[in-house]
Amino acid sequence: MSHPSTYVPGSAFERFLDKRLPIIRMGADFMDFPTPKNLNYWYTFGGILSLFLVIQIATGVVLAMHYTPHVDFAFWSVEHIMRDVNYGDLLRYTHSNGASMFFVAVYLHMFRGLYYGSFKEPREVLWILGVVIFVLMMATAFMGYVLPWGQMSYWGATVITSLFSAIPVVGDSIKTLLWGGFSVDNPTLNRFFALHFLLPFAIAGMVVLHIWALHVPGNTNPTGVEIKSKKDTIPFHPYYTVKDGFAIILFLIMFAVFVFYMPNVLGHADNYIEANAMVTPAHIVPEWYFLPFYAMLRAVTFDIFFIDAKLGGVLVMFGSILLLFILPWLDRSKVRSMRYRPAAKIFFLFFVADAIWLGWLGGKPAEQPYIWQAQIATAYYFIYFLIILPLLSIMETPKELPKSISEAVLAKKKKQVEQASAAQPAE
Amino acid sequence: MSATDEVISSSGEEEGTRRDFIHLLAGMTAVGAGAAVVVPLVDQMNPAASVMAMATKEVAIDAIEPGQVIKVVWQGKPVFVRRRTPEEIEQAAAMPLSSLKDPIARNENIDDKEPATAENRVMPGKEEWVVVVGICTHLGCVPLGPNETGAGGEWKGWFCPCHGSHYDNLGRIMKGPAPQNLLIMPYEFLSDTMIKIG
Amino acid sequence: MMMKKPLIIKLALSLLLPVSLLAMPAALAAGGGTKKVKDIEWSFEGPFGEYDKAAVQRGFQVYKQVCASCHSLKFVAFRHLGQEGGPFYVKKCPTGFPDNIDCSDPMQNPAVKAIAAEYEITDGPDDTGDMFKRPGIPADYFPSPYPNDKIAIMANGVVPPDLSLMAKARSGGPDYIYSLLTGYEEVADFVQLDPGVYYNPYFPGDLSSSIKPEFLDEEGHLKDGLHVPLGGVLKMKAPLMDNMIEYADESIPATVDQYARDVAEFLMWTAEPRLESRKETGLIVLIYLIIFGGIVYASYRQLWSKVD
Repeated sequence: MSHPSTYVPGSAFERFLDKRLPIIRMGADFMDFPTPKNLNYWYTFGGILSLFLVIQIATGVVLAMHYTPHVDFAFWSVEHIMRDVNYGDLLRYTHSNGASMFFVAVYLHMFRGLYYGSFKEPREVLWILGVVIFVLMMATAFMGYVLPWGQMSYWGATVITSLFSAIPVVGDSIKTLLWGGFSVDNPTLNRFFALHFLLPFAIAGMVVLHIWALHVPGNTNPTGVEIKSKKDTIPFHPYYTVKDGFAIILFLIMFAVFVFYMPNVLGHADNYIEANAMVTPAHIVPEWYFLPFYAMLRAVTFDIFFIDAKLGGVLVMFGSILLLFILPWLDRSKVRSMRYRPAAKIFFLFFVADAIWLGWLGGKPAEQPYIWQAQIATAYYFIYFLIILPLLSIMETPKELPKSISEAVLAKKKKQVEQASAAQPAE
Repeated sequence: MSATDEVISSSGEEEGTRRDFIHLLAGMTAVGAGAAVVVPLVDQMNPAASVMAMATKEVAIDAIEPGQVIKVVWQGKPVFVRRRTPEEIEQAAAMPLSSLKDPIARNENIDDKEPATAENRVMPGKEEWVVVVGICTHLGCVPLGPNETGAGGEWKGWFCPCHGSHYDNLGRIMKGPAPQNLLIMPYEFLSDTMIKIG
Repeated sequence: MMMKKPLIIKLALSLLLPVSLLAMPAALAAGGGTKKVKDIEWSFEGPFGEYDKAAVQRGFQVYKQVCASCHSLKFVAFRHLGQEGGPFYVKKCPTGFPDNIDCSDPMQNPAVKAIAAEYEITDGPDDTGDMFKRPGIPADYFPSPYPNDKIAIMANGVVPPDLSLMAKARSGGPDYIYSLLTGYEEVADFVQLDPGVYYNPYFPGDLSSSIKPEFLDEEGHLKDGLHVPLGGVLKMKAPLMDNMIEYADESIPATVDQYARDVAEFLMWTAEPRLESRKETGLIVLIYLIIFGGIVYASYRQLWSKVD
């Protein structure tokens, strides 16, 4: 932790422990962490995500006690959980919808980071760790979706693992290695189960690093201005534990509505049909949180020089994620927050719309007019990162920044008071 | 930090208790929610409905001849259902209580202090029928019955091949290392030809 | 430098126009190849919806007398019929039953036991190594009509799908089941169907290759004014007919429409047997969360009122 410790061991035992394993000091410093006092609700998703990691691991471990990773029993064991295991239906629906909520929160968390420039110096490592977590999450979610062994599980696994065969020379060997056979079959299911169990703990480890990397430079804030004095901050606890807590409850209410009242709307009906290697569903769609990337994969329908369309699609899809790793070096603007970058703000809003548009296109069949739309949307995705952001760094004239966080907060309050007094005579 | 500390410390005393109450309540509600969440996470480990469906077993006993023993599986354990001949009933009833190694009935259908008399090892009015868990009380082997190797041991009841425990036809331990009579689990006669175990 | 700002913003805004134009044809192009399912008002819909137990019982009768000859129900056990939320669940035994029977236990429920006993279950092997038949008990699962898929294909041409999860495995769910069962109709006269298949506008498929040649023009398109009918063909012929099942309750009409409603309700129950308890728990959870949220919000406002 990068701020001076204020912990004073009280009892003899605390003093004893503090010299040997200063774990109480660590917790106390964590709680005391000086946090900008102007964080808005967009900054609560970190807490929400932490909770969802816990929810997913807790329900996942419990489900693993009843699930059987074998092609003959996987579908059956899921039905056993749904029908016979005590609270099994709630546990499974919590886990399956929890994955969706996890992605809702992570996307909002990432958009927050993009808008407020949270990836910029000195927080590049913090951002990269976040992208690593995102990649691990996608791998975990993909393998988890295979486990119920429904039709979408099976064909999703087949399509996604086949992507690797696009890689020149070694592609087919990699595919065979992933499958452990000649098609997606029992060895594949069994290893996906093992990895689906393992990866969340890897995520948890990365989260620890992510938080560590957060606590070195400290939080950004909506103004993007660094902390100048103690006046700019408040201790994390109780101020942000309570604020995050309130946001978590709001998020949980939405989550509960899904789990208890529409547990299957985010899923696909075909996954309630047991996997059948002889019949492919009419159209295969991944879970909603992969749709933007799936749209970009399918957008490449033409060969680019020596790269065929198949490899091109795979490169574009993986490229769209890899781009995020170098984002800190693409957007070089000294101003962090887009509050003070009027042009960047507009392009950013287009980017959000573009991402949603890609998601919508990903759920459509691979035919016109969706293909050319996906091509335009994909182009904008790449242009945004590779051309617009670097150019804006040079060309844009930002608005005047506040001198400090306190100044910005006071200015906002003053404005509110003025508006209130201006509104009164009208009544 | 210092700025806010100042603000908090400058507020009045009696106002403080009312103010703290809402924080305390919030904390308690959070703890309550956490406790409620633990219930499904733990209760899922209890036997599922499909397992509970196997908790009891109905056994048709009309095909069992006097002198015959059948073995049925109940909750994954062997259960012996024995129909005794009049001679066997007489022989077991004649056994004095003082000669028993384990004087307690070990019958879960009656009070656990009752003595191991012949009446207490069967259901009232159903002296013909002996129903016991087929697990030797010594180290858990399955004893052999009268129609198997060893002919049920010296008392023509059951004989455990592992360490040589002899039981009489009521499943009472007569000789050998076993400390207790064979356990009688809960069961009942649904009719003259049907019993329900468990 | 001052000139650049409006230029960039103009550029950005100019993106809006093509984007809004692009979205439009896409919205128009959306549409399926099947007729839209009929939207039925089910008793189990909505946050407080519960199964109509009498309807589920009748639906079970339809399944047993009609569907079960071809379709399995392999994830459902007889005992499920008698568990809470199931069609034959009772809290207390009717009068006349001995005290030692607990009818709320699906294993002892007399109705469930009677239903199970009507089925023959293959068990074994017995002491001589042979499989044998015995009457079912509540713990048994519904036996499949065919011992394996090959026999099912020999008898039907396809494997009749298992019905346990049908109401969740098709988009539209129970509405789809109802629509399909009541939706069989004569296909337009310009369509040539193969023998042994039946047209249904709700069944996914594509009839564009089954048009009689005399209705096609030189380019292979349908002649003017004609449209390829929605839906497709399936190997199951209309399974329900009026008056084919006798309901114990004579006030219930013996019509295809009623049978289809009842069996759809039954299949929703087989797909989601814990729907009622799930919604009950959900209500408690939501009330708790809303109160919890209110308390934490008060705590938050209280705490932050001192921050300037």
